[in-house]
Amino acid sequence: MNRKNQKSELIASLVSTIWFVILLFPFLVMKVNVTGGKAVVIFRWSYLPVIAISIFVLSFLWRRALEWNQHRGDKTPVRTPLSGIRDFIITALRRKPIKLGVMALLLLIVLAYPYVLGMYHTNIMITALIYVMLALGLNIVVGLGGLLNLGYAAFFAVGAYTYGLLWKYAGPAFISAGIDTGWLFWIALPSAGVIAVIFGILLSLPVLRLRGDYLAIITLAFGEMFRMVLQNSGPVTGGATGISLIPRPWLFGIRLPPRQAATYIYYIAIILVIFTIFVVRRIEDSRVGRALEAMREDEVACEAMGVDLVRNKMATFALGAFWAGIAGVLLAAQTTYINPDSFTLWESIMVLMAIVIGGTGSIPGAIGGALILKLLPEYFRPLAQYRMLIYGIAMIIIIIFKPDGLIPRNRKRYTFVEKSASDSVPGVQK
Amino acid sequence: MDYFIKLLLSGTAKGSIYALIALGYTMVYGIVKLINFAHGEVYMIGGFTALIVGGFLSTLGMSIPVVLLFSILASIIYSSAFGFTIERLAYRPLRNKSRLSALISAIGISMILQNFIMLAQTEKYLPFPSYLPDLPFLQPVREYINSTQFIILITTSFIMIILTIIIKFTRIGKAMRATSQDKQMAQLVGVNINQVISVTFVIGSSLAAIGGVLICSYMGQINYYIGFVAGIKAFVAAVLGGIGSIPGAVLGSFILGWTESLGTGFISSDYEDAYAFIILILILILKPDGILGKNQKQKV
Amino acid sequence: MSEIVAPILDIQNLSMVFGGLRAIDHVSLHIKSGEICALIGPNGAGKTTIFNCVTGVYKPTEGSIAIQHGEHPKEEIQGLKPNTINLKGLARTFQNIRLFSNMSVLENVMIGRHNSLKASIFNAILRDRATKEEEQRVIDESHDILKKMKLEMFINETARNLPYGAQRRLEIARALATDPFLLLLDEPVAGMNPNETKELEETINIIRDKEKVTILLIEHDMSLVMNVSERIYVLDYGRLIAEGTPMEIKANPEVIKAYLGE
Repeated sequence: MNRKNQKSELIASLVSTIWFVILLFPFLVMKVNVTGGKAVVIFRWSYLPVIAISIFVLSFLWRRALEWNQHRGDKTPVRTPLSGIRDFIITALRRKPIKLGVMALLLLIVLAYPYVLGMYHTNIMITALIYVMLALGLNIVVGLGGLLNLGYAAFFAVGAYTYGLLWKYAGPAFISAGIDTGWLFWIALPSAGVIAVIFGILLSLPVLRLRGDYLAIITLAFGEMFRMVLQNSGPVTGGATGISLIPRPWLFGIRLPPRQAATYIYYIAIILVIFTIFVVRRIEDSRVGRALEAMREDEVACEAMGVDLVRNKMATFALGAFWAGIAGVLLAAQTTYINPDSFTLWESIMVLMAIVIGGTGSIPGAIGGALILKLLPEYFRPLAQYRMLIYGIAMIIIIIFKPDGLIPRNRKRYTFVEKSASDSVPGVQK
Repeated sequence: MDYFIKLLLSGTAKGSIYALIALGYTMVYGIVKLINFAHGEVYMIGGFTALIVGGFLSTLGMSIPVVLLFSILASIIYSSAFGFTIERLAYRPLRNKSRLSALISAIGISMILQNFIMLAQTEKYLPFPSYLPDLPFLQPVREYINSTQFIILITTSFIMIILTIIIKFTRIGKAMRATSQDKQMAQLVGVNINQVISVTFVIGSSLAAIGGVLICSYMGQINYYIGFVAGIKAFVAAVLGGIGSIPGAVLGSFILGWTESLGTGFISSDYEDAYAFIILILILILKPDGILGKNQKQKV
Repeated sequence: MSEIVAPILDIQNLSMVFGGLRAIDHVSLHIKSGEICALIGPNGAGKTTIFNCVTGVYKPTEGSIAIQHGEHPKEEIQGLKPNTINLKGLARTFQNIRLFSNMSVLENVMIGRHNSLKASIFNAILRDRATKEEEQRVIDESHDILKKMKLEMFINETARNLPYGAQRRLEIARALATDPFLLLLDEPVAGMNPNETKELEETINIIRDKEKVTILLIEHDMSLVMNVSERIYVLDYGRLIAEGTPMEIKANPEVIKAYLGE
């Protein structure tokens, strides 16, 4: 870079610094306080140099990044030490014994987790695992089907309330009959899946004709409506206070102390997550998954190739809803208490963020994204209040600079053995 | 009957504020085909600017009309600056990408602005001082309409007229209309697309700022979250009228204002925010193009 | 190809009105089994709109579209959904390439074979033997189709990374994968260089001769139209202005007027 260029870069950064300092001044430096009906403004001058310097650096980096982003496709990928390490790991993982070894190690860590780290960490992990299931489910809808669903939390609520209401209304009967109420969990689990699927199909019917951003908005409306209905049907759902004292899952009639109960729910969550991954992977690599992806890519062409969009969209919503329903039951069992506040729009957006950050359409991405989003704030407590701010920024940066996400999807590759040379000449064969 | 008229008038006042915000949605959508999710936040920024600048000026001992004038001016300037910056930072780099990525970026901006104000200012509701004057000549009809509502009505009607003039008769207005018809074609005949888009964001944001000051004065309080609900409602109004259509946004806003007002007055106030969603769902299912929207056949 | 054979596609009095605009105005045309037929006309003449009506993207305002293939009785298809029409044996390509651009080339063709498979969600999860065999079969069949279209070297490539000409061929491959008896090609050589055009001309002939697929194509490249098609329909302002063999069309004054103006 020559000096003239450097100078213009510097000036551009200075201009944006001045612009942003003026823009942010009333909000960062001034602070309004209302005491006794009169607004009082305090000035926090010490913030000013900090803001100015950070904006200067950030604006410089931002412009560099945008430029890099534009020209990134121009040159062939360079071999850096980092990419070398990555390639080495990838090739190593292809080999069967190493792959099995890594899997076994992972399994061991997962199994030993609650014993090594204790209940506090186990509970955090359960929450994160619930999010992993949600992210995997929404990944079918958004990542494969390309249908942006901002009302996903409603299906989560359907699951949680299935368990909650089952406890509220069937619980007394179970108690008087002398059956362990923990059984309700095992009844709720499959029924929540089924009920969520029914809700998913019901939701998909009116929105079949809509696409893109209209679909996002209408699902948002449905999600918020559902929450309002939960909140305002006090006699049935407990209204804003919700349902409490939900029993923990049954385990051969053993009454578990909270510590072990958490461990137990942790294992259930692990099994369910593994089951989810298994099913989702198989769906992705099948006729059904391909059709969903084709729908995401181009609805018109998809229909012209004979794919029934109506059935496809219903399947997408149903599949997504199923996992949210299951995750909801798990949430109710873990917290033993549910209310409508756990199912706001921001919950849906959090799950969406998990898959955007991880990589839309990518299963490892959804898992990674959900874990990052749920675990980081727990372990960086001082940053917890900045959490949503950081997520918002991360989401924009990723969507601009790395739309594939942190762990992009690895497409399946097909290999063929050539039967004979003459086969490849068109017209010669049959 | 009195009750009905009262509700109708308060619905009209509400509707005219929705209209100020809805216009921003509809103009941006008309030109860049993006649901500017962060538009509600721009309106919240407008309210906060007025509160902060107004608070500062009144501690300096200025008279109320001067404080009012300067705080409204500041709020317009800041909101439009925010709108302009948001477009440059978060939407422009994504202009040729899928519409969903722009929408996700918009959701991100919305989160950032909400949390920024919450962290930099406060998470509590703050009382919003009433700068708007009390109009004595409204004394006889006081039962039906108070002076804040009256000022809201007058201001919004005035702004609508100015906006119509800008869009119908000025050069930039023509460029905006051309761009919303066909971006490529407009570019070919020499319209500076970037400039048109920026101007659209600036105009939309200024309208939102005025809406912000008015509704905060009306409600008497402000909070970092007010933009979200108002934004959704204004969006509903824009879709109801036919997104992309300016008279549609105004019509949709009034219909929404009346529905809310009459719904809470006659049916139930528990579901005040739900009426907007019910309307949205019905309109999107039955007539996605809205009341005044054009039926757009997709090209194959 | 004698006149006795009933047409496999019979369009009668087709009209399509958008708002006040009559994009197609009482057009009647028919395609006979085994022929290559072209639909030409200046830009905006309504050619693609006819395709859209035939393939179910639009519901025609009036008129009828009937198909009759092999032993099946004649049936009217206007207003049916695009996927139903595809299932009946009509496949198409698009003027502005509409591939599934983030999927691999092979997967694009596999989507075309969607309806020749039966696996449901439950089969996909259980992955039983029949499903596995079916999956392998579709992979092999798609591979064969790609070979016929000379695309086998791109199998694992993402569709959007293909060269332009290959993308057009992939669209044809994908359409062929749906086992059509009538293939509608919308400007198959648009944007191709003369060599690629020549190659595609051969391909079109092979599709008709070896695969026994009837072809209706829209094209602006007159050399291709004159070389491959047996019959040509000319459309102008939504109305049919001429019909005939390439030689007849070349000599038709109406056609020359439509193309060159007064």
